Amino acid sequence: MTDSHGHGGGHGHGHGAPQSFWRAYIFSVDHKVIGIQYLITSLLFLLIGFLMAVLIRYQLSTPAPGDDFNPENLGLIRGMLAGIFGENNMPYGFMAPEFYNQLGAMHGTIMIFLGVVPLGVAAFGNYVLPLQIGADDMAFPRLNMMSYWVYFVGGIVMLASFMAPGGAAQSGWTSYAPLSVAAPAGQTWWLIGMVIIITSSLFGAINFVVTTLNLRAKGMTLGRMPVFVWAQLVTAVLLLIAFPVLEAGALLQLLDRVAGTSFYIPKDMMYGGAVFPAAGGGNPLLWQHLFWFLAHPEVYVLLLPAMGIVAEIIATNTRKPLFGYKELVGSMILIGALSFVVWAHHMFVSGMRTSLANLFVTTTLTISVPSVAILTCLLLSLRGGQIRYNTPMLFALAFLPMFGIGGLTGLPLGFAPTDLYLHDTYYVIGHFHYVVAPGSLVALMGATYYWFPKMFGRRMNETLGKVHFWATVIPMNFIFFPMLIQGMWGMQRRLADPTLQWHNMDVQGWSTVILWGAAVMMLGQIPFLFNFFWSIWNGEKVGENPWDATTLEWACPSPPPHGNFAAPPEVFRGPYEYSVPGHPSDYWPQDEAA
Amino acid sequence: MNAENGYTIGLPPVASSYGSDIDALMLLMHVVMVAIFVIWGVYFVYCLVKYRAKDGERGVYHQAGENASFIPDGIILVFEIWLILAFGIPMWVSIKQQTPPPEESLEIVLVAEQFAWNFQYPGADRKFGRRDVKLVSASNAIGLDATDPAAKDDVVTVNNLHVPMNKPVILRMTSKDVIHDFQVTNFRNKQDILPGQMTMLWFEPTVPGKYEIACAQLCGLGHTKMIGNVFVDSQQDWDKWFQEELEYKTADAGTTGSDEAAVVSRQGSGDEKQETVL
Repeated sequence: MTDSHGHGGGHGHGHGAPQSFWRAYIFSVDHKVIGIQYLITSLLFLLIGFLMAVLIRYQLSTPAPGDDFNPENLGLIRGMLAGIFGENNMPYGFMAPEFYNQLGAMHGTIMIFLGVVPLGVAAFGNYVLPLQIGADDMAFPRLNMMSYWVYFVGGIVMLASFMAPGGAAQSGWTSYAPLSVAAPAGQTWWLIGMVIIITSSLFGAINFVVTTLNLRAKGMTLGRMPVFVWAQLVTAVLLLIAFPVLEAGALLQLLDRVAGTSFYIPKDMMYGGAVFPAAGGGNPLLWQHLFWFLAHPEVYVLLLPAMGIVAEIIATNTRKPLFGYKELVGSMILIGALSFVVWAHHMFVSGMRTSLANLFVTTTLTISVPSVAILTCLLLSLRGGQIRYNTPMLFALAFLPMFGIGGLTGLPLGFAPTDLYLHDTYYVIGHFHYVVAPGSLVALMGATYYWFPKMFGRRMNETLGKVHFWATVIPMNFIFFPMLIQGMWGMQRRLADPTLQWHNMDVQGWSTVILWGAAVMMLGQIPFLFNFFWSIWNGEKVGENPWDATTLEWACPSPPPHGNFAAPPEVFRGPYEYSVPGHPSDYWPQDEAA
Repeated sequence: MNAENGYTIGLPPVASSYGSDIDALMLLMHVVMVAIFVIWGVYFVYCLVKYRAKDGERGVYHQAGENASFIPDGIILVFEIWLILAFGIPMWVSIKQQTPPPEESLEIVLVAEQFAWNFQYPGADRKFGRRDVKLVSASNAIGLDATDPAAKDDVVTVNNLHVPMNKPVILRMTSKDVIHDFQVTNFRNKQDILPGQMTMLWFEPTVPGKYEIACAQLCGLGHTKMIGNVFVDSQQDWDKWFQEELEYKTADAGTTGSDEAAVVSRQGSGDEKQETVL
């Protein structure tokens, strides 16, 4: 703790003393460096996960050779795919079921655990949260550094699992036992990777809670905290309570695989034509309960930071206070609490006691109320504003209708009688992608444009930003809306070749639309990648407060030095004092003395 | 709604007694969802246009209507409570928590496995012959104990389920290996099938014809190919079919399934036992 916490007053050696390259940029304990490390790593994982999805969509648009297939002339794309992934994984450029199942499981795992959560929580939370509460760093800087490096190792284990005999995990991102227990070695790697990633998340979560509760600047009462800080606090508590349950569940599954235990293996189970070599007596449903006890709060871990980001960007770019600060914060806390009693809505048809469904339908529909409240507050925040249409604001605004579709389509899924029909169809895939991709991920892209000037002292290019915005949000709808249509017709998820089932043929055409959407969206990310790296060195230089915002992260230099604030800031008012009557400018920063 | 080109929108034709109730509920929900989205979206676009930044103007500092903003929350809550009480619990209880009277229904045992559906019909005695995992073999997929008197008039079919029309069918389901899921989209129902445990699904077919059974829970490499058929016939045709199956069974003791093609295809898609070592 000594070298990292010695400058607790903000005037230690952190400000001037030169650090070696390794200490400053690689094994740094500075929350801002760690935040940027998380940012770049998670963007990389998002890209990997996205490319996997494009491969999956390519497969699903033409799952099997047609009449015009000529093995001598595969064409450019199929020839390349067959060459890159090999004859075992993609014979003649068509995906083998084992490879399809690996990509399906790993796309989900990478996007959720290595992409969106680290981006929303670890990257922006790490960078922005200490600044917004006026702290000079996180409470435990070394633990923070460890959290990143443990996450990094977890990511490497996940990627390396593709090289395991039999390939990566292939039992879905949900890894339902007993299929996962009997699966090839990649599943063991997946479980070890999950334990490592969960450990990293727990390090981060405890750090966020302690930092928020203990390191706030003078005058920064709980009621003056920006909504983003509240969102991160609730998220950290969710992670802290929910993740240990999955960690325990994953360790039990690991024991089932490597130590011959039977936590999830029932008596007299057969596999591959013989009795499965385990004592039996376990229950496959136990895994589902442990998994969803984490994985439903996890949805809100994906969502709450995005809502916090949207609130910040909307307040800044409407030039007026947020509507219903208390309602927003209260709803977030309520969502956090309720998210622990809705998990079994994933299990209506799992074979759990059927009467339990009535309870979980009720809790699930109840949790929609605070979600509606949050959307209502954000929408009403626009009323009476002076809306500036810059790139971050476009992304924040797009979040509202996109998350709206995601939330609304949750209704027939959370309602047991209609879920009987829609469960495990593409309707589910469309629903949660609307929540996480056009929802959370779009908000996180907005956050990248919004806080980039703080991180690098330069702004990202607006024109490229707007091209990126339209080339992302429009194609996304061509990807995910057809999934709702296919699911409505009953096409199931996780099919390597849906055309083998004749009931899917009536909606198979939509897969072509989805592929085109994915292809355009892929091209649409090129301006972003270029803009991001180009702007780090060549973007327009900005001062400490380029958006004329009120919260504390804009009260220190861009980028802030190690230790952040020149002197400990003091807070005099709430976070969103825009257009205060009588005040000379249309924003009144939290730290500006009256 | 052209089914030929693969761009159909909507729900597939319904073919079970409760299917139209579920469709009505789907319609109600989607009408409400679209209405909420449209009302909300119109106001959103109105705000985006009306409140765009104008030079020299400031935003509104004092907010009106903080209490009124709870009204939409309240309306949604009341609507949802009504949905739960009027449809949610009653429909769930009648479809999932209860079965039609077994004496007026056709009860069938379904033993799912990678990647096939085995149906055991109890015959006239309405009793299912004993199954034992030790008796499972290539020719006896469900491990039926032939010495059990109750097994004498049992018929086992693979991948083809024959049911009479307008009579409830109660499937008592279990799995030999991993989790599967019985789904027939036209019946608007599905249910996971677990190893070591029985689950239940009932339906009453209302339209004669052939429908596709598909596995809706990822169950391994052949998951996509785990398909079967439901044949819904008149009671007379069904009785005739069942009698033929019985005669076939007695004539050719030793094989259990009559669907030769299905048996062959199943043997071709067996999942190899995979190593579990690290």
